[in-house]
Amino acid sequence: MKKLLSLAMAATLAFSVVACGGTDNTQNNDNAAPEASEDAGSTDAASDAATEGDVSSSYNGVLKVGGIGPTTGGAAVYGKAVMNAANLAVEEINAAGGVNGMELQFQFEDDEHDAEKSVNAYNTLKDWGMQMLMGTVTSTPCTAVVNESAKDNMFHLTPSGSAVESIAQPNAFRVCFSDPNQGAASAQYIGENGIATKVAVIYDSSDVYSSGIYEKFAAESANQGIEIVAQGAFTADNKTDFSQQLQAAKDAGAELVFLPIYYTEASVILKQAAGMNYEPIFFGCDGLDGLLAVEGFDTSLAEGVMLLTPFAADAEDEKTKNFVAAYQAAYGEIPNQFAADAYDAMYIIKAAAEQAGITADMSVSDMCEGMKTAMTQITVDGLTGEGITWDAEGEPSKSPKAVKITDGVYTAM
Amino acid sequence: MSFISYLLNGISLGSVYAIIALGYTMVYGIAKMLNFAHGDVIMIGSYVAYMAINNMGLPIPVSILLSVIVCTLLGMMMEKIAYKPLRQASKLAVLITAIGASYFLQNIALLIFGANTKSFSSVVNMEPIQLAGGQLIISGETIATVVACIVIMACLMTFMKYSKAGHAMLAVSEDSGAAQLMGINVNATISLTFAIGSALAAVAGVLLCSAYPALTPYTGAMPGIKAFVAAVFGGIGSIPGAFIGGILLGVIEILSRAYISSQLSDAIVFSVLIIVLVVKPTGLLGKQIQEKV
Repeated sequence: MKKLLSLAMAATLAFSVVACGGTDNTQNNDNAAPEASEDAGSTDAASDAATEGDVSSSYNGVLKVGGIGPTTGGAAVYGKAVMNAANLAVEEINAAGGVNGMELQFQFEDDEHDAEKSVNAYNTLKDWGMQMLMGTVTSTPCTAVVNESAKDNMFHLTPSGSAVESIAQPNAFRVCFSDPNQGAASAQYIGENGIATKVAVIYDSSDVYSSGIYEKFAAESANQGIEIVAQGAFTADNKTDFSQQLQAAKDAGAELVFLPIYYTEASVILKQAAGMNYEPIFFGCDGLDGLLAVEGFDTSLAEGVMLLTPFAADAEDEKTKNFVAAYQAAYGEIPNQFAADAYDAMYIIKAAAEQAGITADMSVSDMCEGMKTAMTQITVDGLTGEGITWDAEGEPSKSPKAVKITDGVYTAM
Repeated sequence: MSFISYLLNGISLGSVYAIIALGYTMVYGIAKMLNFAHGDVIMIGSYVAYMAINNMGLPIPVSILLSVIVCTLLGMMMEKIAYKPLRQASKLAVLITAIGASYFLQNIALLIFGANTKSFSSVVNMEPIQLAGGQLIISGETIATVVACIVIMACLMTFMKYSKAGHAMLAVSEDSGAAQLMGINVNATISLTFAIGSALAAVAGVLLCSAYPALTPYTGAMPGIKAFVAAVFGGIGSIPGAFIGGILLGVIEILSRAYISSQLSDAIVFSVLIIVLVVKPTGLLGKQIQEKV
């Protein structure tokens, strides 16, 4: 495992060196003549289609979809889940005849939840011949990559990049909720179910995901009669000790601590709160998903933690059951919400591509134009919601569910 | 009541800084170099302890001992391979080498242990003490850290004052050329300093990760830099100075995080360094204490 990891690291290093050079070229191209890169994209696609066509003759060409996300680093749980679930969906789609007769090919690159590495990964995938992007998994890198994909006018569907800016460009859509939606929905959920009235918030002011949710949460709290009695911010350089923020929350008498952050910091917060005998309700968003998989973390500390997520692995419907069984058989663990987002993303790409009549010989830019129109026309029944539709801004419309951690597993509330 | 609680947190964090700063200050006093890789030795020490406890299932005292041994060897090896060949080179070359050694250790850890955060389970199995009807809780980690820091300080002072090797260190720090003429093995003395400094780093790493349990290859970088600030604050080269500097810095950091801004605390900590360097370039105890380590 470690050897594999080190190989992967070495490969990433090598790629980033190559891709650094690539970035400059692309930017030059873009400045000089935007059409040039599009042309390059289409010739790539055509030649790939020609070569691959001979190998797999049962398909009518190849559709190359790239994926980007952290498979190492602090948010690795998300990237791995997305990669695994996407591969699962790709296998199923290909076994059922592919997308519009085309064979779906999927390649996933690691970005370590780092914006710069993510852009490098994007360039690596472009060299591979990517025609559509299913990524990136986390918000900050996604915001960086979306600017690149917009320059290339490449169709961009992020499974879980939830910041507003993550899909600010017209070529980008998402499967998950946006941060403002999550913040507002959390406040509504807490208010409507009467979970707490005095709330403390601990958030990462250096991260768009976290601060985005916090702002909307604070705005919506006022409408819900929730009082924010303490708010403790931290930054990326300053996230090992939360005892001051917790102490402030405790002193202010907060019944609930809202954690719009990622699971790594949350695991430290839960541990330190337990150390100071502070037992409020902890409530988080999709960033807390993955908490139970932290190496060395005592899962009993997470007992009673609530999080807002569109997917609960123990749901009883046929679709979820089949997905969970297939994922467990293939990867030996219970899929989280990110896996569900990615699985849906692949089927959304299939649905939109078939609606738009995408064929393998189209240029990247033409595909994007077709997909953009098709996305607003389709309705998808996925794992993360029934009858999901999209507006032209790229935002999905669906309703959130809340889950609670009981005995080390998520249970629907 | 919460003020006392903040103060105790500060003293606890400051004790960790002090233990790390002792390593910085001893090496500076004797080899006249800043070992910027010191913070990363802490991280290696924490990983060794983590692996020993979680993967090899060793008892906690044995794990700590193993971590100390590995770090001691690592420190001596680092000195032999990276710093000794540069003994006659310019100070700048040694400084840059130290930064290189720091990045080397971080990336080695990244390769071996991966970038995933590991949740370090505390090595202190002590029930927290509750005072004032549960309002004030002193965790076992806080007590262990402060006690460890004081014990280490006392041992080091005794060692410097009464042992032959300690005298040799003092002599080398005052004038290494003269010390050599008097028959002191300067190389062995420097090697011993690195060994002691790195052993302390292992202890600091285990204590640091017990209190703040997220362990990554970059865990040692920030505390390492702050401990360096603490060493300069207290007067680099002085053992009591490192102790006082560490404690003060920890308290300043925690109190500013609690009462001023949780985001500005690092800025305040580093402003302290600038102010000290402007007002008193030798640090708090830089002049009064004649016997440098």
